[in-house]
Amino acid sequence: MMSLESIPIQAFLIVSSALFCIGIWGLLNSRNAVRVLMSIELMLNAVNINLMAFSSYVDNNLIQGQVFTIFVITVAAAEAAVGLAILLSLYRNRVTVDMESFNLLKW
Amino acid sequence: MSIAITTQIICFSVLSLVILIGALGVVLLESIVYSAFLLGGVFMSVAGLYLLLNASFVAAAQVLVYVGAVNVLIIFAIMLVNKKEDLKPISDIKSRRIISTSICFTLLSLLIRVDLTNVWSLSSPQNSIGEESTIRIGEHLFSDYLLPFEVASVLLLMAMIGAIVLARRDVMSKDISTGLPVDQELIEKSSEPLLTNKN
Repeated sequence: MMSLESIPIQAFLIVSSALFCIGIWGLLNSRNAVRVLMSIELMLNAVNINLMAFSSYVDNNLIQGQVFTIFVITVAAAEAAVGLAILLSLYRNRVTVDMESFNLLKW
Repeated sequence: MSIAITTQIICFSVLSLVILIGALGVVLLESIVYSAFLLGGVFMSVAGLYLLLNASFVAAAQVLVYVGAVNVLIIFAIMLVNKKEDLKPISDIKSRRIISTSICFTLLSLLIRVDLTNVWSLSSPQNSIGEESTIRIGEHLFSDYLLPFEVASVLLLMAMIGAIVLARRDVMSKDISTGLPVDQELIEKSSEPLLTNKN
């Protein structure tokens, strides 16, 4: 085996894959709406790790992946603000954060 | 840049362990407050990974935005809605758990297989520009990514106004459904929720 001169990119990719799958599991299985939002943040972070790894290993001269990560962080902040506002107004009307009771759009 | 490889590997292992265990804690722990604080730890460790990838600006942005803003927002939301409630049991919860867990493990094995079997054509040794990356990001943001940058500012403004509109209480003088005058005090009184009995 050749001597390592840096961490292989596969290590970063595996960590981000695992983080993404944990996020999906939490998204599907949480009953608390706040925890669903947290799972979405976990998934966004997994995507960011992926982008940063590729920008550092493949495109390290013109680091466009880092710019993309900045934009993803921006959108994630906006998403968290709006999501929690929706959650608050839902809580005001339903007095619960249980995902199973939010069935207004179900027919 | 020139941290010894052993140090890099040790840092990477510790950070990824913290990330994965913390993420499992966020998802699995019973108390939502513990989850929120663990989420802050996960965000900090992700910032550490970015430092390991030699992206100090993005690491700082991660700490500022995620730990300083998003996590605090989540903790505030928990404080506003944290009421003990006993959830109604779901009849087919077990099959749901089994299906979702198997889907997640299938996706994970697929992703890991792609990660390991694909031959990545890596151009050059890592971290060649180092601390210059902040300058490079600034150049990108003000030349070829100028339009997305401006659109992002409009998006943030829209999100701010939208969050205010969604989260504030109505300030109408009369209740729409009952016609009674609405009290304008700051502390919210317990009122009849509009939609609870419609399940």
